[in-house]
Amino acid sequence: MENANTQFQQWEVFIQAKNGSPFEHAGSIHAADKKMALQNARDIYTRRCEGRSLWVVPTNAIAATVAEEEAEFFDPADDKIYRTPNFYKMPKGTTNL
Amino acid sequence: MNEDQRLIQFEARINAGEKIEPKDWMPEAYRKTLLRQISQHAHSEVIGMQPEANWALRAPTLRAKKILLAKIQDEGGHGLYLYSAAETLGVDRAEMIEQLQQGKAKYSSIFNYPTLNWADMGAIGWLVDGAAIVNQTMLAKCSYGPYARAMLRICKEEGFHQRQGYEIMAKMMAGNDAQKAMAQDAMNCWWWPSLMMFGPHDADSPHTKESMQWKIKVESNDKLRQRFINRTVEQAYHIGLTVPDPKLKYNKETMNWEIGPINWDEFWNVVKGNGPCNHKRMAHHIKYHNKGQWVRDAAIAFAQNETFVTAL
Repeated sequence: MENANTQFQQWEVFIQAKNGSPFEHAGSIHAADKKMALQNARDIYTRRCEGRSLWVVPTNAIAATVAEEEAEFFDPADDKIYRTPNFYKMPKGTTNL
Repeated sequence: MNEDQRLIQFEARINAGEKIEPKDWMPEAYRKTLLRQISQHAHSEVIGMQPEANWALRAPTLRAKKILLAKIQDEGGHGLYLYSAAETLGVDRAEMIEQLQQGKAKYSSIFNYPTLNWADMGAIGWLVDGAAIVNQTMLAKCSYGPYARAMLRICKEEGFHQRQGYEIMAKMMAGNDAQKAMAQDAMNCWWWPSLMMFGPHDADSPHTKESMQWKIKVESNDKLRQRFINRTVEQAYHIGLTVPDPKLKYNKETMNWEIGPINWDEFWNVVKGNGPCNHKRMAHHIKYHNKGQWVRDAAIAFAQNETFVTAL
């Protein structure tokens, strides 16, 4: 990454709000190493007890889809409504299904 | 797809209320406007720490000092959220800081005014942060995803900034004559600059139309300014402060408080670098940026030492 020597590399921050919850993306920070990345993430994203657990991931390690290719990329799922329970017709009076 | 088709598709997404994400196609003018606006916003948060830091060692009580330090730390955090949002547009933070220090990028003019008495801390929280909240609540609806998300987070945190400021003002207005006079003095200093924070009148704001078309802004400068005035005038009266505007009057039909003319010559003069503290703010930023160089060097050297890195 350019300018890494003056501003450190960029990391993406994920926060788990409480035990058992998913880790959610909060934003990014700059840090020279993992330990500094975790400390900076704590100081920047959890000043008000927003989370009890953090992940930091180097930004350049993330691959992402783009909106322009969204339709084509996700269309395999478009015609598979039979993957949802409501696709199936149950005989009248059936219960607990 | 050619550029015209992409633009049509882009504008259709904006009109449908979709958010634009960093890797999506966007017109160059959209990217440029956002970058200018977000980096300017980030610089404002960071420079805004200075007038408040002036009182960090002289806060009147331990409680006041704790609050002030927490607020200043928030402003630094807000600057970092915003630099991150700006970086998603492809510019490195180091580059943005360089532009600020070279005077190529601006920050909010309001921070070029001095904080001479404790009541100024109250006025900054109540008026300056209050005006910022009105603006930022609008920007949380902006079409650019990373900016809108940063705004949501900032708005949540700024609620305490405004309330602690109003509390300072209310306390001083309940005090002795000297304290009341200090609070009124702060009101007189910060009222007009706060109104100027919303920028020029709509008719004189050349960027507004395009910004609104692309939902970088979703409400105009004058509309936001009026909302702030309506809220604030009543809060001022509530604690006995006088709004320093002899022409201020209530319009029963529009239900708006109407103000006298804003002194735009003063505004442009401060924007151009002739405010009371422009030079001081930048000199301070450069000095401490350079003083921190050894810390950055040490952190890099530490990270590059593989023995340490694998031990982490």
